[in-house]
Amino acid sequence: MLEVKNIHSYYGKSHVLQGTSLDLKEGELVCLLGRNGVGKSTTLKSIMGVVNPNQGSICFNNQEIVGMKPFQIARLGIGYVPEDRRIFRSLTVHENLLMGIKGGKQKNAGTDDWTVDRVYKLFPNLKERKNSKGAYLSGGEQQMLTVVRTLLGNPRVILVDEPTEGLAPLIVKDVLDMLDTVRKSGVTILMVEQNFKAAIKVADRFYIMSKGKIVFEGNTEQLLAAEDIRRTYLEV
Amino acid sequence: MSDIPVFFLHGLAYAGLLFLVSAGLTLVFGMMNVLNFAHAAMYMLGAYFSYSIMLHATGQFWLSLMLCPVILFVIGGLIERFLLRRVHALGHVQELLLTFGLAYIITEAVKWFWGNYPIAINIPGVLNTTIQIFGITYPVYRLFILCCAVIVGLVMAIILFKTRLGIILRAAVNDSETVNTLGVNVPLVFLGVFAFGAALSGFAGVIAGPLLTIYPGMAQEILIDAFVVIVVGGFGSLGGAVIAALFIGELQSFGVLLFPKLSMALVYMLMAAILVIKPSGLFGEKQ
Repeated sequence: MLEVKNIHSYYGKSHVLQGTSLDLKEGELVCLLGRNGVGKSTTLKSIMGVVNPNQGSICFNNQEIVGMKPFQIARLGIGYVPEDRRIFRSLTVHENLLMGIKGGKQKNAGTDDWTVDRVYKLFPNLKERKNSKGAYLSGGEQQMLTVVRTLLGNPRVILVDEPTEGLAPLIVKDVLDMLDTVRKSGVTILMVEQNFKAAIKVADRFYIMSKGKIVFEGNTEQLLAAEDIRRTYLEV
Repeated sequence: MSDIPVFFLHGLAYAGLLFLVSAGLTLVFGMMNVLNFAHAAMYMLGAYFSYSIMLHATGQFWLSLMLCPVILFVIGGLIERFLLRRVHALGHVQELLLTFGLAYIITEAVKWFWGNYPIAINIPGVLNTTIQIFGITYPVYRLFILCCAVIVGLVMAIILFKTRLGIILRAAVNDSETVNTLGVNVPLVFLGVFAFGAALSGFAGVIAGPLLTIYPGMAQEILIDAFVVIVVGGFGSLGGAVIAALFIGELQSFGVLLFPKLSMALVYMLMAAILVIKPSGLFGEKQ
């Protein structure tokens, strides 16, 4: 459903993505691995239109999306969960959630749709804190909030950037469980991770990036078998 | 010290003007990270347009009060859409230079069209009177300015804190890029905020006209105070702008009364003190 073909993206003068290609099939949870600075986040930003690729093509449900603005891409059904838990700090938890609803009106079309009520039912701790400012949440709560805020737009695909970074191991498990739940609800996920031991518990398929290119593609068994690839591109 | 209530009210009236100019400035800075040097030029244009309107349609203060903000909304919109947006990708320094250049161009244009000398505007008839308040006789016009600022402030507060648009605006002050990825047409929001800020500034110019004489340096004069207001109040905070405008307005007013030679310096001393105690301003978020 999402096909990235040979994209080249720049940050100022540095050539970050040098022909990256990957694809996502409906219902998958795919994980993009690799060391710091190899272009993982830039790949997500390029899909979302936050960074504009100079070359290459990105098709979502057979529609070319390179050159579109982030808000247009979001309206097509791609959700983006930025790294560093970028919640709106001076808004309350409830207002943060309202920001996720596209056009401000909650459609109640299907039972699978994400609604504020459903979020509160699933995450009672967010409901308890609905009137607190985003800035006062814990790291784990902020991460949950960033993910569900995006889900409230009812995207078909979400791009999640380093959801477990800087979280305590117990919270990491919560966040991964949550992503698993989201995937089971029918949302396709492309997740960027540094922590492959965490990722391996939930992902169906893996890509490994190095220097702006994809250097490995495979499922869990293939990744576990490819010891030298892991040593070269993942382990420090 | 029977002067105290008079200077207090003078301070409030000036605070009202300052708030009207600063409100747009602080929202634009909070969202777009652009310190708009041309913002006070909109205030000056408001004053001069209103002068011209009143010249041609004698005494039509109310007409110009309605018309000038509309004209400046359009001018602000055009500046954002066709100048600022094109420069946006190049970075903040270029955006700053653009607004800086615009401020100069507008000032020179004003000198060219209206002349490089002060012009006095008459206070509109109904408001050209005095009333008894706190046991003193006080000009109604200054109270009118204060009322305008209070009404605008309340309307803005309702929009910011009670509507969906307000949630979007406050979220955009925090992180406009993320708002964009959530499906909100952020470029359109920027356009609207910039144009609205220009309109408010122009509105302030219209009502400032009869109070202060209008002249081509009036933009620079209020711009400095408005910058101090948004620094002290905290970038992007409307509540901060209200409190800081009150501080600066009263400080200017009582400064003239108590330390005439220091009245300008007092404003900077306040700003320096606030920056030392709380670098993000009274109500600013750390960025």
